[in-house]
Amino acid sequence: MAKEYDDIPGTFVFDADRSREGYHLNMFCISLRLAENRAAFAADAEGYMGKYPMTDEQRQAVRDRAWNGMLELGGNIYYTAKLAANDGITFQELAATMSGMESEEYREMMVNGGRSIEGNRYKNEWENK
Amino acid sequence: MAYVKAGVGVSHVPAIGVAMDTGITEQPYWQPVFAGFEKSRQWMKDNKPDVIFLVYNDHCTAFSAEVIPTFALGCAAEFQPADEGWGPRTVPIVKGHQKLASHIAQSVILDEFDLTIMNKMDVDHGLTVPLSVMFGEVEDEWPCPVVPLAVNVVQYPPPTGNRCYNLGKAIRRAIDSYDEDINVMIFGTGGMSHQLQAQRAGLINPEFDKRFLDLLTEDPVAGSQISHLEYMRDAGSEGIELVMWHVMRGALNEKVEEVHRHYHVPASNTAVGHVILENR
Repeated sequence: MAKEYDDIPGTFVFDADRSREGYHLNMFCISLRLAENRAAFAADAEGYMGKYPMTDEQRQAVRDRAWNGMLELGGNIYYTAKLAANDGITFQELAATMSGMESEEYREMMVNGGRSIEGNRYKNEWENK
Repeated sequence: MAYVKAGVGVSHVPAIGVAMDTGITEQPYWQPVFAGFEKSRQWMKDNKPDVIFLVYNDHCTAFSAEVIPTFALGCAAEFQPADEGWGPRTVPIVKGHQKLASHIAQSVILDEFDLTIMNKMDVDHGLTVPLSVMFGEVEDEWPCPVVPLAVNVVQYPPPTGNRCYNLGKAIRRAIDSYDEDINVMIFGTGGMSHQLQAQRAGLINPEFDKRFLDLLTEDPVAGSQISHLEYMRDAGSEGIELVMWHVMRGALNEKVEEVHRHYHVPASNTAVGHVILENR
């Protein structure tokens, strides 16, 4: 079903459909909030992931650390951020990676007022970029 | 009877908590963020609340994808600061106010707002960072008890601005009918414009934020009508957290005076916004 927010560029709205699709991926990610689970994941990543009935695509996105890919497959940023934290990646580094920027370049952009809203409201504004 | 004199709107960026916990608030990056709260901390001393009713959102800490209540009221005796994946913040346990909380639950549910009642709940930076910025460093305990109201803003759709505003009014009716002479201060937290995800991460819109703050004081009904689509498009996918400020505004008088405003970009990935509103 088409949604009124589909034309916002560079954004995956975590709605009921994505929540349904991403449930096991998100439950896997949030489990890494706890130190004992991080240790188990570090010891045997495939075995640990096997406890969560994710799709093959989701599993591959986790292996690849495909941060935008996980969001597209129903992941939510507050959940995937736990996987990033497990990897020692800060939220700001994660944001930089997702937006295709170097960390330093992204930080500089934020210090200078952030990403402008101009030209970033509609997908059609991105088409000629 | 209990009464409401003022409300506070404030962002809850986790990095602000980290900056305070690691003692780097004087660094050039953070100094302007915290400078804007100096007046607020004095104001908190001059207007000391007996209880804070704190509207905030949980970040998949107390609630995972398993359970997603739209409005959840903290009725427990205390709330433990949670481990969000990098160890719990070293801040005191948050004490609840069970008598007031259970009175509000009963009153608001009969007023047709179907709250979830939480008799056990850990709290994350969404709740403790606003307390920290407003109170400053605290030793063994927070200066007053807190009644937390957790609002779902993680899974779309959050409650509408209109619903939040009207819930605020119901909470005010509940507080006004509570039979103890206490000063209840209302906090609305989260925001301001920010997007934490995907290719548009880092979005900030100061014009939107300014208009939001102006409407909050001067025309709260118009502010409460801002659509979810407008928040997501113009204030970023996580900017939609601002609906929580309407609960706070709804609990205040129709006429308020903005006695303090602070706005700064950035704190990490987010625009920091803060107002203090006093009933007139």
